Amino acid sequence: MSDADVVIIDSGGANLASLRYALERLGARSLVSADPQVIAAAPRLLLPGVGAAADAMDRLRADGLAGTMRGLRQPLLGICLGMQLLYEHSEEGGVPCLGLVAGTVRRIPAAPGRSVPHMGWNTCRSLRSDPLFAGINDTDYFYFVHSYAAAVSACSCAAVDYGAPLCALMRSGNLCGVQFHPERSGHAGARVLRNFLEQ
Amino acid sequence: MRFREHRVVGDILELAGRYRDAGADELVFYDITASPEGRSVDRAWVSAVARLLDIPFCVAGGIAGVADAEAVLAAGADKVSVNSPALQRPALIDELARRFGTQCVVVGMDSRLTDGGYRVQLHTGDATRTRDGGRATLDWVREVQERGAGEIVLNCMAADGVRSGYDIAQLRTVRECCSVPLVASGGAGNAAHFAAAFNEAQVDAALAASVFHSGELSIATLKSWLRTQHIEVRP
Repeated sequence: MSDADVVIIDSGGANLASLRYALERLGARSLVSADPQVIAAAPRLLLPGVGAAADAMDRLRADGLAGTMRGLRQPLLGICLGMQLLYEHSEEGGVPCLGLVAGTVRRIPAAPGRSVPHMGWNTCRSLRSDPLFAGINDTDYFYFVHSYAAAVSACSCAAVDYGAPLCALMRSGNLCGVQFHPERSGHAGARVLRNFLEQ
Repeated sequence: MRFREHRVVGDILELAGRYRDAGADELVFYDITASPEGRSVDRAWVSAVARLLDIPFCVAGGIAGVADAEAVLAAGADKVSVNSPALQRPALIDELARRFGTQCVVVGMDSRLTDGGYRVQLHTGDATRTRDGGRATLDWVREVQERGAGEIVLNCMAADGVRSGYDIAQLRTVRECCSVPLVASGGAGNAAHFAAAFNEAQVDAALAASVFHSGELSIATLKSWLRTQHIEVRP
């Protein structure tokens, strides 16, 4: 249907360009689509997301994608909100999400010395090895921008400590997700994207 | 980076690439004459910058509505920063936050100490048009957070361009009522000024322009010095 190396699932976010450009820098051909057939046939998929969980879920359901995504077997990487949508529920707007991974996404509590949104560069603590983090060390920094997060759970492969340990990298079968923005995380982020493309 | 219309895109890309390689954690592009001239930023350069950069960047200047912001974000910017247009029509912040999420919405404010305390100023990009923004700075800081600002850049005008240090007293006062990320702006002249902003005013980030543009302080030198002060920075 297309000769794209990766299909970016269009969940209605305004900013898909930064991800497309990051893939372009890696020499990967990408296609943005909300067409269930294109998505089902893709060799691998990215689910980005900037904005609110409720809007993104509304958009995925309206396009008939929520059902499509449950049947996928190819590698899928959720980024930021895109990872959060894979869980069962989000406190953001109190909405049910795709329910492909067990757990709830909760608001990060603000406290003195801990601003929310969590916005900035952090290292990640590896919990178990994962192909997405091949070549990545605990001293590498990634760029985070989020007010909500999933707690560390059975599917977590790396954590970011922000008041509490939060899930930074998760994997469950063909699905994986990162809470940070690999497309804006310098060389370390590019490595994670390249690892995904080579998966 | 502050630039005006006549600055060609090649210059912007060259500078952006240089700061990326030098270890800048984020870049902010100010089109400082956009609001006083009643126009929004020319966007051709935004996608060129987005192609080049693998670090986050923010576009400021002349964003007066959802459509302006959408164009800039669709071109690949990570955040938009609003200042004068938000003061003139505060609902702009709610609209941007609802459409794009709070993490995209930076509110910049130019603030100075007056006889009536700290006050925000309008149209500071054009000295002949600068005037009082009609609000006490602390009231505005509280209001923009309620409306959905995801980050506040506080430019302390008395310190701006003077390179005698960030306005620590003002930043501390604002920090007390600011639970979103607070970025110090205005006054950086040496590495110790950055450390003071982090240690004494607990800001989340420090922004500087002229001290880097002039070559007086390199980002590498700054970061290695901050590390000796036990302030965590990305290598």
